[in-house]
Amino acid sequence: MSSKRDSKAAHIRHIMETEGEAVGTNTRGFNAGRYESVAKLEDYEALKEEARAIKADAIERLPELVEELTETVAENGGTVYVADDAADANQYIAEVCAENEADRLVKSKSMTSEEIEVNERLERDGVDVVETDLGEWVLQVADEAPSHIVAPAIHKSRAAIADLFNEQFDPETELETAEELTSFARERLGELIQDADVGMTGANFVTADSGTMALVTSEGNARKTVAVPETQVAVAGVEKIVPSVEDLQPFVELIGRSGTGQDITSYVSLLTPPVDSPTVDFDDPDTPIAEGDTDREFHLVLIDNGRMAMREDEDLRETLYCIRCSACSNTCANFQSVGGHAFGGETYSGGIATGWEAGVHGLDSAAAFNDLCTGCSRCVEACPVGIDIPWINTVVRDRINTEDDPPVSFLVDGLTPDAETSGPGLQKRLFGNFELLAKLGSTFAPLSNWVANAGPVSRALEAAAGVAHERDLPEFQRTTFREWFEAREAVPPVDPDRKVVLYPDLYTNYMQVDRGKAAVRALEALDVEVLVPSVPGAGRAPLSQGMIDTARDKAERVAATLGPYVDAGYDVVVVEPSDLAMFRGDYERLLPPESFEPLAENSYEILEYVYGLLANGADADALNVTDGETVAYHSHCQQRTMGLEEYSTAVLDSCGYDVTTSDVECCGMAGSFGYKEQYYELAMDVGSNLEDQLRDADCDHVIASGTSCTDQIGDLLGEEPTHVIELVAPDGGNA
Amino acid sequence: MRTIQTQTKDDEGFTMSGKDVALYDQFASEARSYGVELTEASPGAVADAIADAIEPPAIGTPLPWDDVELPDCVETNPTPADVEGAVTGVTGASLAIADYGSVVLEMTAAGSEPVSLFNDLHVAVLRESDLVPDMAAAFEWFGERARESRGSAIVATGPSATADMGALVQGAHGPEAVEVIVVS
Repeated sequence: MSSKRDSKAAHIRHIMETEGEAVGTNTRGFNAGRYESVAKLEDYEALKEEARAIKADAIERLPELVEELTETVAENGGTVYVADDAADANQYIAEVCAENEADRLVKSKSMTSEEIEVNERLERDGVDVVETDLGEWVLQVADEAPSHIVAPAIHKSRAAIADLFNEQFDPETELETAEELTSFARERLGELIQDADVGMTGANFVTADSGTMALVTSEGNARKTVAVPETQVAVAGVEKIVPSVEDLQPFVELIGRSGTGQDITSYVSLLTPPVDSPTVDFDDPDTPIAEGDTDREFHLVLIDNGRMAMREDEDLRETLYCIRCSACSNTCANFQSVGGHAFGGETYSGGIATGWEAGVHGLDSAAAFNDLCTGCSRCVEACPVGIDIPWINTVVRDRINTEDDPPVSFLVDGLTPDAETSGPGLQKRLFGNFELLAKLGSTFAPLSNWVANAGPVSRALEAAAGVAHERDLPEFQRTTFREWFEAREAVPPVDPDRKVVLYPDLYTNYMQVDRGKAAVRALEALDVEVLVPSVPGAGRAPLSQGMIDTARDKAERVAATLGPYVDAGYDVVVVEPSDLAMFRGDYERLLPPESFEPLAENSYEILEYVYGLLANGADADALNVTDGETVAYHSHCQQRTMGLEEYSTAVLDSCGYDVTTSDVECCGMAGSFGYKEQYYELAMDVGSNLEDQLRDADCDHVIASGTSCTDQIGDLLGEEPTHVIELVAPDGGNA
Repeated sequence: MRTIQTQTKDDEGFTMSGKDVALYDQFASEARSYGVELTEASPGAVADAIADAIEPPAIGTPLPWDDVELPDCVETNPTPADVEGAVTGVTGASLAIADYGSVVLEMTAAGSEPVSLFNDLHVAVLRESDLVPDMAAAFEWFGERARESRGSAIVATGPSATADMGALVQGAHGPEAVEVIVVS
């Protein structure tokens, strides 16, 4: 187990050293471009909803659309072949090549063709297969796999490509600049396209009504691949079908913006093959092209390869909505550090790859990288079709857990009273059962803190459960937040404006007790009645480890405890953003609507609630106001996805603070992720961007909202930041 | 961004009430942001404008409109050898999309696709009356056409480009420069 973690850590370290810089620069550039480009749309959210609705409808009606498309393409003079799997598809394509006596097939970029590994199959038959997308060609020359689904050679720097070309092709003048490299590749590939026999493309979308396929490109190689040879083969997953041509519009507007941050790519080819354009026969240079052959051959190979089964799988189904734009890769903090060679399976990479790999290649391929999704949820708002990518990762993690052998240690069973019927493995169960650890830790604090962080125990925890020894474990408080609350002698506000249940999340209750106290002081200062009842953990910890049964069990108990308060008119206020994200989002998957909805509708993040009180007439002077002290604020990833960051900054602003916010997508800790031995270095690499921003801001205060962010920033800066509420609560944040 | 009303289609094409200055300005501004040069010309002056825009040798496909023609310096029945030797390709554009600065190039049996693709400079000739405000209008137009005639078209925005070689380069496999002659 431990050696497996060691080799994983070594692999990630190697990728970060060799490819991290190029991947980081490119993906962060794409991600920044996405924010800029989608902001120019008049109604981005409506466009995304339209796109999602089209996909939902198309996948629902897929068998019927396959039939319609097959008839349409036949009417157009082409052929549709629905291939059950990769071997079936490859056999068909090999036969097309054989019938055409093809010596060379030129290809434009297609991830689906990578999925079926058609190049290898055709090369066995002696067909010269040439990738014409410049990035794909670089990889073909280098014999490497794509590290990104849209920009496949993203891991290679210009200098590395120059070295590769100079070594492989020995050009007369050594190549150096991007212009020289592009021009060299264009010349060389241009010649290879001229006498190609077959052109193969993918398809971003195919319309059932007219048989039109959309190809979203920038280079012009796909256009040449279609225009020159007489025979065109298009390879597309069955999920690429949409009902009509007009359905393409929202996707054309969204795909470039979401992926590489381009409003639109240079070319959107809308091809209804076999196309009317005459072939260009360079072997017959003097016959006008207008007299060229227009009797073209077209084969659309629709790939099932597990997709129809994914369609029947309630949890994997939404994967089929994916338009392969790469937004979930570019927005992912972990992906930005490692790219697709670590955060990817046999074919696909990035957040949604877990769904694709589980569906088309199987759980083993997904298992190799699935842990790299921390559930931070930043990809959800970036996804143009709104796929709940973290949920797909959670479900697949649960399925992988089920395949693993259950642990046998009685110690582990004692520490892990979960509802899992199978074995997630010791590391996952330790972190998944954080609630019990927290209770024990608090009961025996401060002794438990000294022991846990002492050399021998820290090393033993690393060896047994993979807890990184570099990390200080969370410091448990002897007096919990609830115990403090019950014991205090406070007079509740007379005739309160509102009544609140302050949810004692595990982190606030057992470790970050001061932020709980500050929340109580702030709320009471604003004339709110506060109760802190005993409520179970929200289930975030087990959910993050793919222990869905355990998480559901927690969710049911939380809803049963808080439900009566909500019915009695109490608002639920939450300090820990990841727990609020459970109440508002994940619980929809875990609870019946009658339990989920009232809780989701009546739950608030603490600063969101304070903002609401101030907006409704409460006086900010009751809080800790200042005159221009500066604050560097890192909002929590899930808090940002819920759109709640601005409430914290607005309240800080109302209290007179001058706020600078970080713009990194995630701190890198992401719950237990950064505590895991095999991911510690990656987590710190991700965190280094945040560290730079916080240091550059050079402010009077550094504050954060999430427990993980607080721990991570503490490790990065050597000083633990406080929660926003501790800064704005009266009495300066001290109890 | 999309404040202009979608045009309604009639039998002749899109109705335009005279010159829509805002629409043209938006198209021009978006297209220029991709490095596209624009020249306005009356129908009678189009041939001269094209002759000024091209870098010889030039090839082209006949323009589908009665009142405008290509200048004599453009070879309108090119061979593959001409395609290889030319610097400029001239074709008509069926439509343009104002808020993206895109032109829509329909594939013709005369070979508009290779002519607009293989050379360093592509000169597209666009009637100003074929300008539509947005992508929705463009797909409304193309949807009808695709279902009726099963044609193909390219929505082209600026020159071909790649970032695969470590920096953005224009002129990847397709043209490195695009000019639009707007017939007004």
